[in-house]
Amino acid sequence: MSILSLSGLSRSFGGLKAVDGVGFEAASLDITAVIGPNGAGKTTLFNLISGSLSPDSGTVLFDGSDITGMKPFKVARRGMARTFQAIKLSKRMTALENVMIGRHVRSRAGFLSGMLAAPWTRAEERSIREESMKAIELLGIAEYRDRETGGLPFGIQRSVELARALASEPKLLLLDEPASGLNLRETRLLAELIVAIRDRGVSILVVEHDMSLVMDISDQIVVLSFGRRIAQGRPREIQSNREVIDIYLGEEDA
Amino acid sequence: MRRYAPALVCALCAFLLPPLLAATKTAYLLTQLTMSAYYVLASLGLCALMGYAGQISLGQAGFFAIGAYASSFLSTLNLTKLAASPIVRLLDLTGLLSRGSDLYGAPLLSLSPWLAFLAAILLAAAIAALIGTPVLRLKGHYLAMATLGFGLVIERIVRGSKILGGADGLSNVPPFTILPGLAVAGGRSARAANFAIAWIVLALGLLALVNLVSSRAGRALRALHDGEEAAGAMGVDTARYKLNVFIIGAVYAAIAGALLTHYNGSIGPGEANVMKSVRYVAIVAVGGMANLTGTLVAGLALNFLSLRGVFGRFDDAVFGLILIAVMLFAEDGQRLLRSSLGALTAARGRAGRRKGPQA
Repeated sequence: MSILSLSGLSRSFGGLKAVDGVGFEAASLDITAVIGPNGAGKTTLFNLISGSLSPDSGTVLFDGSDITGMKPFKVARRGMARTFQAIKLSKRMTALENVMIGRHVRSRAGFLSGMLAAPWTRAEERSIREESMKAIELLGIAEYRDRETGGLPFGIQRSVELARALASEPKLLLLDEPASGLNLRETRLLAELIVAIRDRGVSILVVEHDMSLVMDISDQIVVLSFGRRIAQGRPREIQSNREVIDIYLGEEDA
Repeated sequence: MRRYAPALVCALCAFLLPPLLAATKTAYLLTQLTMSAYYVLASLGLCALMGYAGQISLGQAGFFAIGAYASSFLSTLNLTKLAASPIVRLLDLTGLLSRGSDLYGAPLLSLSPWLAFLAAILLAAAIAALIGTPVLRLKGHYLAMATLGFGLVIERIVRGSKILGGADGLSNVPPFTILPGLAVAGGRSARAANFAIAWIVLALGLLALVNLVSSRAGRALRALHDGEEAAGAMGVDTARYKLNVFIIGAVYAAIAGALLTHYNGSIGPGEANVMKSVRYVAIVAVGGMANLTGTLVAGLALNFLSLRGVFGRFDDAVFGLILIAVMLFAEDGQRLLRSSLGALTAARGRAGRRKGPQA
């Protein structure tokens, strides 16, 4: 059973084919990694999946339904949550408030009931707060919950963003280079956390440059180079794949 | 609850200030305080839009004028000649018409101010939806220019339309009887009651926005202010949310415009002037942008001083200068304030931890 199924996805910018006929399936409850050197089209592919970009051709099936070209907010409502490579938090809101935004897709109160503080919204607010606190505690950042995120250390901001995504109880969590900017110890903690999240029943797709993160935790790895899928398989298969070593690992070692 | 305190203070003032001012023989100030309340209401609506959702509008006076003109036009429309038409008779039978007589004693038959008021609010909301849909795709300077253009168009329309009285505006706007015995109307005898009405309306308007900004929708608005991409990725329909808060801002302005017009008994094209829009923006900026209490206090103070004529011939210039000053110093000033407040809370937090766990 696949949570995400891509077929023939292409997207060009001007003359450059950033993503060129990419297709693969991500199995439910797997940790799937998309790796590749800089400029391989990872971020473009990520944006095609999350709806930030529309593909020129190809389809994206999410949990059995076609979401190709659907706006990001609609994709989010279907149960896909994401983090950003460059952290995107509301700097003037507290960590808790930021995470509470994650509950948006799981709650309903609109403008009118908000303005009138309708009685039923109070129960909903309480549940938004409780569920957000659960995500915050899972990430071990409870002590920062009432601090504005603008002033928090980088690693904590990353965690707030991850908590926000988790608070939405996604079926699929997309992580865009989650290890960038983290040190070795933090990266190891992140790896443990990603596995823990998967074990709670969330499928994960991680786009990553950092091989050390994905080799240990991924069930499946997809390798991109110049917009094309050049390999796909288990970490051990990828590690011994000649083409991958030449294109990707070779470059890293050089 | 602390966040409701400002609204509560407004509500208390509504009843406590009139006897207090009467006792100090300054009851004449109630007139300017009443008018200030209505102008502040329009600023509060803009505060939600600009301060919290981050969408600037230089068209707030346009919506104020739409509310004011629509309500006064409809409630002064003389239907006597059409009295025989079926629609007018139906309105009459359902009690939606009001009768009066003009200056010369001729009978007047016009729409009830309640109907005119509601129609004005709906019209403002509809125009906001119509204008907002394309315009809110723009950001920053472009949004400012587009809303400025809207404001200019509205001013031209009200100044140039004969049926809206041209440069003279509309006068003899009838009192708006909200409840039997309680009417939005000018005149000395109604002064204290009208002050109370205005400040209660202000308190209610503030209360609704205080609720809004801390609600699910309010959080989404603040989130999209800081980044539409992230808000969208969390499932917020940013286009719809921006439009909704734009409409709320317009409705606040329209309510303020309509009530002020029934209070004053007249409306002129000056209320649609772009300088009025600049005032609303300046007040929200002085108030600290995403700060309803700040907007309330700054708005009451500045409007009151302006209406008392303290700024004299430099009235508009004062607001322009305030805007320049805020824009120049805002970022640094706010950063300074924030960092000192941050240091303060950090110090307090450390002190608290020494004493033991905080509740």
